[in-house]
Amino acid sequence: MSTRDLFTFRNSHFRIGVGITAAILIVTAITGFIVLPFAQPWVQFANVWDAICSAAGVPQRAANVTAPEQTKRLSEVVLTSYTLSRPSQEAIGRGATLAQRCAICHGPTGISRADSPNLAGQYAAVIYKELHDFRSGARTNAVMSPFAVNLTDQEIADLSNYYAYLPRLPAYHPTPQLPKPNIVIYGAPIRGIAPCGACHGSLDNKTGSPWLEGQSEAYMKAQLQAFASGERRNDISQQMRNIARAMTPQEIEQAAAYYASQPPDVVKAVD
Amino acid sequence: MLANRKLILAHFWLAFGVFGIALTLGAWQMFIRSPIGTWLSNPELYYRSLTAHGTVMGYVFPTLVAMGFGYAISESALEQRLVGVRWAWTGFWLIVAGSITAVIPIALGRASVLYTFYPPLIGNVFYYLGVVLVVVGSWIWVALMAINLRVWRKAHPGAPVPLAMFANVAGSYLWAWTAVGAALELLLQIIPVAAGLKATIDAGLARVFFSWTLHAIVYFWLMPTYIAYYTIVPRAIGGRVYSDSMARISFILFLVVAMPIGMHHTFADPMVGAGFKFIHSAFTALVALPTLLTVFTICASVEIAARLRGGRGMFGWMKALPWDNPMMLALAFSFVMLGFGGAGGLINMSYQLDASIHNTQWITGHFHLIFGGAIVIMYFAIAYDLWPHLTGRELIDIRLIRTQLWLWFIGMIITTFPWHWVGILGMPRRMAYFDFGDPAIAPQALSVAFSAIGGFILLASGIMFIVVLARGMRAPQTDAGPYRFAVAVHQATTVPVALNTHALWVALMIALTLTNYGYPILNLALGGGTSVPAVYVGAQ
Ligand code: HEM
Ligand SMILES: [Cu+2]
Repeated sequence: MSTRDLFTFRNSHFRIGVGITAAILIVTAITGFIVLPFAQPWVQFANVWDAICSAAGVPQRAANVTAPEQTKRLSEVVLTSYTLSRPSQEAIGRGATLAQRCAICHGPTGISRADSPNLAGQYAAVIYKELHDFRSGARTNAVMSPFAVNLTDQEIADLSNYYAYLPRLPAYHPTPQLPKPNIVIYGAPIRGIAPCGACHGSLDNKTGSPWLEGQSEAYMKAQLQAFASGERRNDISQQMRNIARAMTPQEIEQAAAYYASQPPDVVKAVD
Repeated sequence: MLANRKLILAHFWLAFGVFGIALTLGAWQMFIRSPIGTWLSNPELYYRSLTAHGTVMGYVFPTLVAMGFGYAISESALEQRLVGVRWAWTGFWLIVAGSITAVIPIALGRASVLYTFYPPLIGNVFYYLGVVLVVVGSWIWVALMAINLRVWRKAHPGAPVPLAMFANVAGSYLWAWTAVGAALELLLQIIPVAAGLKATIDAGLARVFFSWTLHAIVYFWLMPTYIAYYTIVPRAIGGRVYSDSMARISFILFLVVAMPIGMHHTFADPMVGAGFKFIHSAFTALVALPTLLTVFTICASVEIAARLRGGRGMFGWMKALPWDNPMMLALAFSFVMLGFGGAGGLINMSYQLDASIHNTQWITGHFHLIFGGAIVIMYFAIAYDLWPHLTGRELIDIRLIRTQLWLWFIGMIITTFPWHWVGILGMPRRMAYFDFGDPAIAPQALSVAFSAIGGFILLASGIMFIVVLARGMRAPQTDAGPYRFAVAVHQATTVPVALNTHALWVALMIALTLTNYGYPILNLALGGGTSVPAVYVGAQ
């Protein structure tokens, strides 16, 4: 009963087993790679080899269709979970010096007295991305854009590291803490809205999404409206526009009011 | 009595213990996202639970059952001392260690990536290392099964290998090879990213690797059930196996065609060519063959039992069957669920129909019916049948056993039929909550509520099962005699080499893997430019 008696065409089981398997393979391969591709009248193949390559999934050179003209700039920032993850003390120090220009609006401790965003303790990747977007024009703001256009890559990284390093302080416009509205805890599953906290830090943080606790109510409302109307469009793959568009005006108000009333210490840190 | 009772009992108790926990999580999941429950304010808890439920039910529980049953088969079918008992314990402890290693990050919310891993989602590295340990532990079992068979062959040159062992070893080889896909995904792709050595991952390639494992693992889950159909049921109901060769051919077919069909899980994925999808779909159709052979052979074997008990007539013989015998009940329930599940499977395997149910609750309904229903009910039957031989005590709660099996069957139907239905209506799977207040899905609320009730029936049945086994540890002692397997109508005295060894079929299995997976894998692995940044979950 050695394998020599088994693996030989004299053995009928071997003949049948291998024969049937090979036959099925060949028939299905011919069907899948030649017959079926040509059976699709809406696809044209130059020759049989072309059809086989297509059915095998060989990467095809993109056809000569030109991408639709982009009228507005989109964000070109690439973020990974490792973006700016290990800042040095010098980087933070340089950032502190640069940040003096920002203090008029964003406050000397990174807490704004105007309706600008609080930056103290914001995720580094967020500041990094927004500054890049302001610089490239993917996001525009009459006050902010002129500050950003002249920043170098190094300066943007240093500023991001500095603000991320600052402690999160309570905001200047304390209101009594509001209960969580449904849109914040559950989102709206049927409209494709995830709970805000799934990205914005209270449940989990998705790289590039800011935490929102204690930010100005007017600011957040304006941003949600800008996303919904398409006026702001630097969110990668329309992540935020899709959500804001599906929100009702009341939900936008509820969410903005709720987040503004929260202390920032419930936010999770990133490492 | 079996000699390695402790070893086998350890496997079974661990299996059923983790099963009990995962079952409770399952019932909770079903409840919490049904209109009866209140919404979770943190959906991450749902995914945490789902990861634990899937990891235990998919990897740990069935593997332990197959291993414990495999050791019992090796010892009793071969009538020889188990070789490598120390290694067997090593394998067991590796599984214990792996399960603990995996479950800690899951419980902490650091690995809510679901049991299919879902890259580019990346969880804590210890979760994946734990899964690897479980697989390595089971590979020790594979090696031991092969070695024990080899030792037996030396002592019995040319003799037919007992059917139970032949099938058992076939199952172990299938597992050894199919686990390689997920192992490659974990070791080459996911673990380096989870350990922080890389920050990008090719999710498409990972899905192809996982599909290598995902289909044949189903047949690995199924193996103990099929072995029980052929070698336990006919004996337990007083019949004979209709055909020994048919049984061997079924197991051989599983070995050859369960493997090269996994891409039916990637029908909706863009990175695999349509030609390969077609080949996999066609081979998937073939895998129905061994199941049809089995259903035929077992029905014939059952009919033999009925006629031996005096049953007559075209269908009248069915009345003569020992319906109060738990094994008979389990088999009947299992077949009914296999029938419905199989019919659903025909929809999943066809390229076009799959599109309408892809990633819907239909899929979860389907595999709970087949796996949780048809397969697991036979795991119960195996445990009941083996228990007296492991404990030296009789199982006295026969009524409780029958109730337990009935409840599992009824609970599974109540859970899975509406589950399929809402899937057809388009309800997506793997979602933590649904807004049944919205008119768009309000009509699905009732069905989901039924599923949730079914889930609690299943939980009750699961608790009864564990109670029966636990009470069986303290029942009065008896001598259960040697553990025997069913004999065939024509008990084989000589079997052709090809039906008595696995080499040819393992070779075909590997060859078909190369033809059906080789190009798609190389294309993605060598092509480059298809990796995306990893998304770390719970990495705070
Ligand atoms: C009380 C009985 C059970 C209930 C109520 C239950 C419920 C569930 C639910 C609700 C899901 C998640 C579906 C989704 O969100 O897409 C799930 C997934 C799953 N269940 Fe069960 N289950 C039960 C028993 C079982 C059994 C007995 C097995 C197998 C032995 C099993 C294996 C699985 C697997 C492998 C998954 C996939 C996890 C995933 O999609 O990541 N379940 N179960
Ligand atoms: Cu499959």
